[in-house]
Amino acid sequence: MLHIRDLYVNYGGIAALHGLNIDVPQGSIITLIGANGAGKSTTLRAASALVRARSGSIEFDGEEISQMAPHRIVERGLCQVPEGRMIFPNLTVMENLLLGAYRRNDRHAFPKELEYIFGIFPRLQERQKQSAGTLSGGEQQMLAIGRALMSKPRCLMLDEPSLGIAPILVKTIFEKIVEVNRQLGITILLVEQNANLALEISNYGYVLETGRVILADESAKLRENSQVKECYLGG
Amino acid sequence: MTEFLQQLINGLSLGSIYALIALGYTMVYGVLKFINFAHGDVYMVGAFAGYYLAPWVWKVIPAGQDTTRFSWSSSAGAFAVLLLSMAVCAVLGILIEKLVYRPLRKRPRLTVLITAIGVSIFLENFGQYLFGADPKSFPEILPDRAIEGLGDLTVMVNQSVVLVVTLILLVALHFIVMRTKMGTAMRALAYNPAAASLMGINNDVIISFTFGLGSALAAAAGILNAINYPSIDPLMGILPGIKAFVAAVLGGIGNLQGAVLGGILLGVLETLVVGYVSPMYRDAIAFAVLIAILLFKPNGLLGRVESEKV
Repeated sequence: MLHIRDLYVNYGGIAALHGLNIDVPQGSIITLIGANGAGKSTTLRAASALVRARSGSIEFDGEEISQMAPHRIVERGLCQVPEGRMIFPNLTVMENLLLGAYRRNDRHAFPKELEYIFGIFPRLQERQKQSAGTLSGGEQQMLAIGRALMSKPRCLMLDEPSLGIAPILVKTIFEKIVEVNRQLGITILLVEQNANLALEISNYGYVLETGRVILADESAKLRENSQVKECYLGG
Repeated sequence: MTEFLQQLINGLSLGSIYALIALGYTMVYGVLKFINFAHGDVYMVGAFAGYYLAPWVWKVIPAGQDTTRFSWSSSAGAFAVLLLSMAVCAVLGILIEKLVYRPLRKRPRLTVLITAIGVSIFLENFGQYLFGADPKSFPEILPDRAIEGLGDLTVMVNQSVVLVVTLILLVALHFIVMRTKMGTAMRALAYNPAAASLMGINNDVIISFTFGLGSALAAAAGILNAINYPSIDPLMGILPGIKAFVAAVLGGIGNLQGAVLGGILLGVLETLVVGYVSPMYRDAIAFAVLIAILLFKPNGLLGRVESEKV
């Protein structure tokens, strides 16, 4: 569904990605793991056109998207839950959710999706009139995911959903990610520092180092890989 | 007491003008984080648009020209002049952003700021070329007389029109910003442009919309001021522009309520100083306020300390 080929991205003069290749088949959960600065977030930012690729191609659903404007990419069903959540704290929870559906014109269908989102994250329903800045970190992450779901994505990219969140909520959130994948058939591309967790729920994983893929395999096999065990799974 | 009330009313109507202009500064600052110094000149163009549009409006509504007494026709005519001028300036504002500021979007903010000063100088001089440098007399679009039955107070009909129209515009703006999809997108964009584009918001459209909205309000201020002070000239936007900028900073730049509060406060303060101290300080007071606010409360009255965004 999402195919990244030979992707190069620079920040100023510094190369962040050197010829990255990643495939995300429809319906799967794919994860990118790696240390800080390996280029995981940059890959997602390039796919959402928040940074421009210097060369290479990003193909979504058979269409080249690397030169498109960010809002066009959302329109095509490729949506991102960015690192640090980036909710709008000055807006209410409900306004945040509705912004997720910004490009959709089928207002009559919103209640159904809201119902689904409130079903998996009941906290959001309780707090829908509150300003989003008053939510806890975990709740903000739920909101960020819910907001992305409101765009009716076909492929959802999540950047470090476990970052800065209470461990008990991390578990819930990862369960919900799997649930969304199974129930709604949304393809997931997950960037995560918590490699244990990421490899547990994903089908296939890529290990990134300094802007390159150094290892790619089925997640179950990566968990047994001695190199991965040593570097990313804490021995 | 009567005199104080009189000054207060004069101050409120002057403050309304500042508030309407200040809103444009603060909205543009909200989405692009720079001060559009050409904004005061858009206010001038608004007044001239009204000057040239009024005869056309009267061709459609001939009875509107009769301002010897109040009538539906004269009100409708004045209303049409106001709306058309707002539309003209909205287009002007959108064009300025599209042609001048957008190509510089990725450049340092100082570049854009200096360019804004350039646009301002251009509008002033092109205005002199197009309209002539000599002051023109704004047509009487509403009966200019005092409201009767207020005792010693002299409240001109036009002064009350300023207050009422300003109030209506503020309510409309509040509705747009707080209740519409566009307004929600504006607030999202002001907080975090990257996150806004991840929502599928086309930031360019929202920025154009913001310029249009702000410029329309400046045009309204131009018309409302001209019905009370009918002498208009191409340089008339400079001082009100700077004062409204001070008002926006006073209220807290980027904050809509702050711009209104700052505008009203500055207008009232200026009128009181002129009335009770000396008319010589009319223009100095705004700058004194600017210096004081930058020294003691640089975030403005309603501005929050900008926290680091994660």
